[in-house]
Amino acid sequence: MEISGICHDRNNMRPAVPVGNDNMRKLYHFHGGIHPPSNKTQSTRATIARAPLPAKLVIPLHQHAGETAKPVARVGERVLKGQLIGMPDGVVSSAVHASTSGTITAIDMQLIAHPSGLPNLCATLIPDGKEEWAPRKTIDYRDHSPAGLQHLLRMAGVVGLGGAAFPSDLKLSLDKHKITTLVLNGAECEPYITCDDMLMRERAAEIVQGAEMLRFMLDAEEVLIGIEDNKPEAIASMRAAVAAGGHQRMEVIAVPTVYPGGGAKQLIRVLTGIEVAAGVRSTDMGVQCFNVATAYTIHRAFAHGEPLLSRIVTITGNVMHPRNYEVLIGTPIAELVALGVALPDTDSYIMGGPMMGFPLPSVQVPLVKATNCIIASSKKIFPPPPPVMPCIRCTRCADVCPADLQPQDLFWFAQSREFGRAQAFNLFDCIECGACSYVCPSHIPLVQYYRFAKSEIHAREHDKQLADKARVRHDYREQRIEREKQEKADKLAAREKAAQAARLADAQPLTPQQQAEQAELETSRAHIRELAQSAVEHADEGTTK
Amino acid sequence: MFFSPLISKSDSVSAIMLKVLLALLPGIVLYVWYFGPAILVSITLASLTALGTEALMLKLRDRPIMPFLKDNSALLTAWLLALSIPPLAPWWMVVVGTAFAIAIAKHLYGGLGNNMFNPAMVGYAVLIISFPAQMTHWIAPHGMVISELTFPQQLDFIFHDVLPDSDTLDALTMATPLDTLKTHLHLDQPMRQILDMPIYGRLAGHGSEMVALGFLLGGLYLLASRIISWHIPAAFLGTLFVLAGIFHLADPAHYAGPLFHWFAGASMLGAFFILTDPVSSPTTNKGRLIYAAGAGLLTYLIRVFGGFPDGVAFATLLMNICVPLIVLYTQPKVFGKKGSQP
Repeated sequence: MEISGICHDRNNMRPAVPVGNDNMRKLYHFHGGIHPPSNKTQSTRATIARAPLPAKLVIPLHQHAGETAKPVARVGERVLKGQLIGMPDGVVSSAVHASTSGTITAIDMQLIAHPSGLPNLCATLIPDGKEEWAPRKTIDYRDHSPAGLQHLLRMAGVVGLGGAAFPSDLKLSLDKHKITTLVLNGAECEPYITCDDMLMRERAAEIVQGAEMLRFMLDAEEVLIGIEDNKPEAIASMRAAVAAGGHQRMEVIAVPTVYPGGGAKQLIRVLTGIEVAAGVRSTDMGVQCFNVATAYTIHRAFAHGEPLLSRIVTITGNVMHPRNYEVLIGTPIAELVALGVALPDTDSYIMGGPMMGFPLPSVQVPLVKATNCIIASSKKIFPPPPPVMPCIRCTRCADVCPADLQPQDLFWFAQSREFGRAQAFNLFDCIECGACSYVCPSHIPLVQYYRFAKSEIHAREHDKQLADKARVRHDYREQRIEREKQEKADKLAAREKAAQAARLADAQPLTPQQQAEQAELETSRAHIRELAQSAVEHADEGTTK
Repeated sequence: MFFSPLISKSDSVSAIMLKVLLALLPGIVLYVWYFGPAILVSITLASLTALGTEALMLKLRDRPIMPFLKDNSALLTAWLLALSIPPLAPWWMVVVGTAFAIAIAKHLYGGLGNNMFNPAMVGYAVLIISFPAQMTHWIAPHGMVISELTFPQQLDFIFHDVLPDSDTLDALTMATPLDTLKTHLHLDQPMRQILDMPIYGRLAGHGSEMVALGFLLGGLYLLASRIISWHIPAAFLGTLFVLAGIFHLADPAHYAGPLFHWFAGASMLGAFFILTDPVSSPTTNKGRLIYAAGAGLLTYLIRVFGGFPDGVAFATLLMNICVPLIVLYTQPKVFGKKGSQP
């Protein structure tokens, strides 16, 4: 049993004794976690199949975290498979490619797979069925600098395939940090999802080679591949691949099955004992984490010159034939659903797993790089939640929180809009895994409250920034007006001074004779004034008497 | 529109409260076994009053009635209060205490989940302060007094305050073991002699110690089914044990031992059912330890040095006041900020 190797010590300094642990490695424990029914076996009975070429592809130009790629193909242009159609725009951005050869018929706003249900810029591609490739350039990564390889990944559109779709090249930029450990995430803890499991079973050698490339770019010492122990086939397959490839200091480790054990922070914790706090980069602590499918994609990019054009997706839930498919990016979800054959009582479709996924706004939206799973949903599979009751502070939520938060307090603060206190109680350490909502006996949609509080705080900070900017602008304007006034006054004073100086300069110096004349003139004037004064005084006396 | 997570553990407030009610059953069965069925009358009366008051308050507060009536929380308050007061207490006392607990202590504070004080203990405090005489009508266990009332006679007394001509109240009721101990210690009788009185059993009071054992059994079920965590019962009983042990070792003639304090009075009921009320107790584990240790200390002080025979109710209420402060100062460190990295 692998789980007996787990360290239950909360302070984590003491290693667990690896008794009966075929990992022969000490593992660490994170607080909380839940054990929802896994529902994974349905979709692992058949091997990965290639989805047929659809009649139309809609390729969003914003499939990654960061800025939307800039369209570089023209409407009406014939493009080849793998041809760049979206140029990365900005630091945090990634490239987008034509998933097959065909004609671009539109570049416009279309509905995409996003919880907001808002449209985004997409390129519509009508395939010609020829699958004609653009020139592919394979490289030996050892001949390139890490910076050069990073650029290649950016231009190959490689992003994290675990769900966040963060551009992978950015996770490889390390200025000063020494990376000790590369963690490869094959935990796949969400129920229903099996795309990583099947990829590891069937294409382990390529994943492991991708891991080797990542190790080279990071200059990492060891590679730890974490897989939950409910996937024995994947573990065996990956171990065989590591052994066959003769990879040194690379280890496949069975980790206990507990949700959210596949969260990057949780997996890093279990494998290395390191806790990466919110707002801290794992690289600051010598660890970097990539999904197994991302490693596979990197291998395809370097060893085959193929940009990210397809991915493995699980179609499961309320369908006749749950299975994993390799699907071209941009394929309408409806095509995938048709392959699985949704049962008649299906009422909606979930992208992602039941814990963190979201209902699709429409089944016509295209599949994107982040789509790992589509679950056909019915009232039987996901019954509507019972009515919400008040919180009774039972702290089941706190017991399962992997971030050691006090969800019942955060709920209280979010509900009463005390956002400052919510922040003080570490709201932003919440990873929104949903474990709290899962166990809540009052059926409170806790995660929704936290998302609400976070977005309110973000909105307020945004408003505050705008207000700060406005105040700075206003202060600057006031200063400018003041300064201009001062300058005007200074200028006026200077002009006057200059004029006076000019007047003085104009006046001729007087000769002694002229001075004497002037003095005489002044004396006589004074005398006259004196006489006039005394006359007025006498007159005054006459009238008062 | 629905939101993730789309799945949930099938648990509910109503189911949790029901399990707590079930956990009280062993204690209640032993209560009936040793003291007769009068307690069932109090429990029924309290239950009906609680449900009626709950419905009325929900109506007045314009809240949905059925979901809250079905949550079993009012029933739990009713049972705990009924178990805290003498079974022969007049019917109107049960009604007044329960109605006060539900209307004032629960609903005026905002209803389920918002009451700062344990409603059952508020009801108890109101009764013991307002009607101290009636609160001493404890039935003697079977075989302890010469005449015992039949069930119809008990009903007659509870509802009409009428006793059979041959009986007096003093002949039928008796002080609790804790009360008796206190009285006799005041009279300077030695401990050994007091505990040899027939009302005392192996651990504490004859009969009542078995009821306490029943509550302990129910409490262990609550622990096993993870309805409650170990922190509150352990800290409460631990503190009581240590304090009683120290005093008993220092002066065994004047201070009863730790096991006596565990099985006398409301110790077991308090440790597993009253102090553990999630709404009015701390939410952090460290906080729970402090809260329950404080309650253990206060219970001991009130029992041994105070004016009331038992102290669990007042200890609970006094510690309820401290809960917000305790919680504020016992916040656990969050992930990544514990300061101990390998």
